[in-house]
Amino acid sequence: MSEAPADSADALVVLDKVNKHFGALHVLQDIDLTIARGEVVVVIGPSGSGKSTLCRTINRLETTDSGTITIDGRPLPQEGRELARLRADVGMVFQSFNLFAHKTVLENVTLGQVKVRKKDRKSAEATARTLLDRVGVGAQAEKYPAQLSGGQQQRVAIARALAMDPKVMLFDEPTSALDPEMINEVLEVMRQLARDGMTMVVVTHEMGFARSAANRVVFMADGRIVEEAAPEQFFSNPRSDRAKDFLSKILHH
Amino acid sequence: MNVLSDNFAEFREGFLKTVELTAYSGVLALLLGTLIAAFRVSPVPALRAFGTAWVTLLRNTPLVLLFLTVTLGLPALGLKGWDDFWLAVLALGSYTSAFICEAVRSGINTVPVGQAEAARSIGMTFGQTLGQVVLPQAVRTAIPPIGSLMIALAKNTAIASGFNVGELASVQKGLNSDQGYNIYVIFLWIALCYLIITFAISGLFRLLESRLAVVR
Ligand SMILES: Nc1ncnc2c1ncn2[C@@H]1O[C@H](COP(=O)(O)OP(=O)(O)O)[C@@H](O)[C@H]1O
Ligand SMILES: [Mg+2]
Repeated sequence: MSEAPADSADALVVLDKVNKHFGALHVLQDIDLTIARGEVVVVIGPSGSGKSTLCRTINRLETTDSGTITIDGRPLPQEGRELARLRADVGMVFQSFNLFAHKTVLENVTLGQVKVRKKDRKSAEATARTLLDRVGVGAQAEKYPAQLSGGQQQRVAIARALAMDPKVMLFDEPTSALDPEMINEVLEVMRQLARDGMTMVVVTHEMGFARSAANRVVFMADGRIVEEAAPEQFFSNPRSDRAKDFLSKILHH
Repeated sequence: MNVLSDNFAEFREGFLKTVELTAYSGVLALLLGTLIAAFRVSPVPALRAFGTAWVTLLRNTPLVLLFLTVTLGLPALGLKGWDDFWLAVLALGSYTSAFICEAVRSGINTVPVGQAEAARSIGMTFGQTLGQVVLPQAVRTAIPPIGSLMIALAKNTAIASGFNVGELASVQKGLNSDQGYNIYVIFLWIALCYLIITFAISGLFRLLESRLAVVR
C-alpha cells in the first residue's frame, strides 16, 4: 500500500467548516476534512454521530447549512445538471445496496454509463462485464438483484459505482447489512480497490479492514471529528476519552 | 318493433362517441396525471405547490362544475371556436388527471427511496431518475387503481350528453319522447353498451397487470 501524498496541492475532497442541522439537531459541526488523491480514510464512531450524513453531504444527497465542499478543486454546485455531472465523479455504496430492482445486474451497471456518460450500449456492456468479473459476479449478469445474495448485491453495487469511473468512492457501512460469511468477499473487493489506488472514504466498524487498507482513521462523535490518526496508532493508543470509550465497547463484543 | 334494430345507427354513433371520448380523455388524463405526479415529487417548490393545488382543486370540485367552467368559462376568456367534443375531453381529462396523479404518486411511494438516491448518486438527473428507475416500478402498483379510474371515466363521459356531445347517454333523448318506445328497454340497451366498454377496460388492465408481473 502506497503512502498517501500529504501535500494539499493533491487534495481531492476538501470540507471546510461544514455545518448541517436536522431541525434543532446539529449533526455536522464545523467539519474540516481533507482527503488526498489515492488516500483511504476510514470513518468510525458511535451510531448517530453523523457518519452517514457526512458521506451524503459529500455528494450532496444532503444539503449543508454553511461551509464549503470542493471535489477536485471544484465547489459542489447547488442543484440541477451541474450537480448531477459532479455526482457522477463521486461513487457511493450504500448499506442497503439499493440496486435497481426492475433491472438485471448487467443493466444496473450499464444504465449510468449510457444515460449519464453517454456511452454507446455496446462499450458500456463491455465495461460492465469487465467490472462484474473484477468483483466476482460476472456469472450473475443476467439475473435480477432479488436473485442474488447480499454479498453479491453489494459487489454489484460497487461495480455500478465504478462504472462511472469516479474520482472518489464513498462507502457507508457497506457490510453492516450482510450475513457474517459474506462480509469478507465485499471487504476483499474494497481492499483490491484500495491497492489499485482508488481514493476512498469508508464508514465501517471493520477494524481488520481499517488496519490493512486505511491510511487514516477519522473518529466522529456528536457531529464532530474528535480524533484523526493512522490506524495502528488509533486502535492501539487512542488519545481522546470518547475514542477510548468507543473502542472498549466495540472490542469487547 | 325493436328499439335497437330500428335505431341502430344512433346507438352505434353514440357508442363510438363514448368510446372516443373515453379514449381521448383517458390519454390526456394519463399524460397530465403523470406529469403532475412528477411535479408533486420534484425538488422545485413552485412545481410541488402547483401540483398540490391542481389535485386539491380538481378532486374536490363536482365534474359538472368543471364542464360548466370549460364550456362557458373558456369562451368567455376569448378561447372561442372549440368543438364541444374537445371541450368535453378537456374537462374529463383534467378532472381524471387529478386522480391518476394520486394513483401514480402512491405507486412512486412504494419504490424504495434508496434506489432513487442511488440513481442520483451515479449522476442521473431528476427526470432520468424518475423515468428510468422510479416510474417503471411505480407503474406496477399503480395499474389496478388506474384501471378503476378509467372505468369511472367511461361512466363520467355521460355528463357530456348535457353539453351537446352526441354520445351514448344522449341517445335516449332523441328516442323516448316521440316514438313511444319503452324507456326501460332503451335504458337497458344503453346500460349494456356501457358494460361492454367498462368490461373491455377492465380486461385490458388485467392483461397489463399480468404482463408487468411477469416482466417483474
Ligand atoms: N433525514 C433526517 N432527518 C432528521 N434527522 C436525521 C436524518 N438523518 C439522520 N438524522 C439524525 O442525524 C443524526 C446523525 O445521523 P447519521 O449521520 O445517520 O449518523 P451515523 O451514520 O453516524 O449513525 C442522528 O441523530 C439521526 O437520527
Ligand atoms: Mg449511518
